Amino acid sequence: MSRIDAKFAELKAANKKAFVSYIMAGDPDFEMSLEIVKGLPAAGVDIIELGLPFTDPMADGPTIQLAGQRALNAGQTLQKTLDLATEFRKTDDITPIVLMGYYNPIYNRGVEKFLTDAKAAGIDGLIVVDLPPEEDSELCLPAQEAGLNFIRLATPTTDNKRLPKVLQNTSGFVYYVSINGITGAAEPEAADVAPEVARIKSQTDLPVIVGFGINTPEKSEAIAGIADGAVVGSAIVSQIAAKQSVTEVLAFVKTLADGAHRA
Amino acid sequence: MTDQPNSYKTGPDENGRFGDFGGRFVAETLMPLILALEDEYERAKGDESFWAEMDDLWEHYVGRPSPLYYAEGLTKHLGGAKIYLKRDELNHTGAHKINNVLGQILLARRMGKTRIIAETGAGQHGVATATVCAKFGLKCVIYMGAHDVKRQAPNVFRMRLLGAEVVAVTSGRGTLKDAMNDAMRDWVTNVDDTFYCIGTVAGPHPYPAMVRDFQAIIGKETKVQLQAQEGEGRLPDTIIAAIGGGSNAMGLFFPFLDDTSVNIIGVEAGGKGVNEKMEHCASLTGGRPGVLHGNRTYLLQDDDGQILEGFSISAGLDYPGIGPEHSWLHDIGRAQYVAITDVEALEAFQLCCAVEGIIPALEPSHALAHVMKIAPDLPADHIMVMNMCGRGDKDIFTVAKVLGFDMSDAE
Ligand SMILES: Cc1ncc(COP(=O)(O)O)c(C=O)c1O
Repeated sequence: MSRIDAKFAELKAANKKAFVSYIMAGDPDFEMSLEIVKGLPAAGVDIIELGLPFTDPMADGPTIQLAGQRALNAGQTLQKTLDLATEFRKTDDITPIVLMGYYNPIYNRGVEKFLTDAKAAGIDGLIVVDLPPEEDSELCLPAQEAGLNFIRLATPTTDNKRLPKVLQNTSGFVYYVSINGITGAAEPEAADVAPEVARIKSQTDLPVIVGFGINTPEKSEAIAGIADGAVVGSAIVSQIAAKQSVTEVLAFVKTLADGAHRA
Repeated sequence: MTDQPNSYKTGPDENGRFGDFGGRFVAETLMPLILALEDEYERAKGDESFWAEMDDLWEHYVGRPSPLYYAEGLTKHLGGAKIYLKRDELNHTGAHKINNVLGQILLARRMGKTRIIAETGAGQHGVATATVCAKFGLKCVIYMGAHDVKRQAPNVFRMRLLGAEVVAVTSGRGTLKDAMNDAMRDWVTNVDDTFYCIGTVAGPHPYPAMVRDFQAIIGKETKVQLQAQEGEGRLPDTIIAAIGGGSNAMGLFFPFLDDTSVNIIGVEAGGKGVNEKMEHCASLTGGRPGVLHGNRTYLLQDDDGQILEGFSISAGLDYPGIGPEHSWLHDIGRAQYVAITDVEALEAFQLCCAVEGIIPALEPSHALAHVMKIAPDLPADHIMVMNMCGRGDKDIFTVAKVLGFDMSDAE
């Protein structure tokens, strides 16, 4: 059983929703982002999404674009992102880590080598924004074979005809993008999202986690309440951008996690 | 060159691949949109009424066919090959870009889209898009890098006059790549009413093939015109074009791909020189394969797979990638790709003004600079066709600055 499957089994047994947090690896620099990541489980984070910086994040809004630029300016690379996971794993062997980013840095390293190294670094799953099911042979299938979960994004434009194709090679969980748009943009309404989650759940047994635009403990609670969990990214990244300390960032994360766990 | 295909014109395959290049590397939100576009394009391609409307607009609105002009001044000056210019700079709006825009806007209308977005570098694609949107009463939003907004001010004003909203993109270095990122971000946000009109043969399938098909009018006309002009069913010996994303080049090249006697040369922007400093935009000459903006193609990138900002005096060539079909033609050896520096392009720009009375855009000046290099050593019966894909009005401020001419009191 993968760390992700184990985590969802544990949450289910405790009748709890999942709280998933996103930060950009290396933002604002390697040391601080490692400190934040190390503190996430204690702040209530069930699954850690670690952003892989890329110069051209086409699906991200300004908040995450700038986080990527801060990380790259501070010298973050794919190797250093794997190093960050390796360091974290010395302190925590349970909390799943999902790498989220774009394909080019992975393709550039070589898919086989990347998968071997990611597995060795304790990475559990991948979300690669610019790899739709049409390109599954690139990374999705090799990743599953290497024992990494490949988590797919489903969106409001993914209609019922297309949904089976999106779900087909997905594992770990399904990430439902609650709005058409970039990260950190519009705020989703739980009432609008609920039927969409139900639509996806009618076609899969995988947990469905909802993200994009969640920025308060109340939203976190409301969205987690109608799904299997909630993801928060830009709102946390904004705290880092505002030069909050590690303690302050983690305290903010805890309020969001508590929100989701109240659901 | 062992495994050559029977035809070079069958691509892309059903997955949008030219060999290993191309594809559909986009976020899930956009996937249904590009599939719908592909469907609509396939339908339109086989629809005579679609092409009849295109032909009518090409003739009466754009002014096609553009002349194929024997450049006697250049030919004499260089003293070698016989040089023809395909005069796409005479098109309405001043460049080849409108050939493609008309096709895409007609598709957008067929699909019931009411809002058009586009990226632009030199501003020529933006102007062409704003123009056709004005004609058809469509809302138009143009994304343009902040750096390009500065260096192509006349085109920014043109777009505004034509009723378009011009968004200055400040992410990255503020050039074409960044404009394309923000156009994609707009598209994922406005999926219902918006049509993304890409200006070159790049992006996810079906854009590279579709834009190529719309631009192929350049090569088709050239073939017919040269036959008429030279008599005796003559093909050119060399065809040559500048490459930013590669649309004017693909448009000229495509109809000639299976005429294997025809030598095909694409000219990339060499900026300050193609070396390890990477101050250029020569993706094929100085890059390696990667994935950006929906397709796999040659890209300027660092060791970590981060995309590098290119550098070129020409805003229209200032892009770190290239259309995937060019990457394929490069790898199989059907076309040759070379790089020309800013300095060489500026020299060609001035020569063309002096001996032809044509002020070329900086983009085709790159192609002309390569013509200047190779034509003198070729025999007089070697026919060379260069795509004069744009006029230089938009560039006079940039060139004046380099040549030390003060235009600050231009009014
Ligand atoms: C006159 C002209 N030529 C060439 C280009 C480069 O584009 P492409 O390589 O797609 O023809 C541009 C782009 O703005 C242009 O304005």
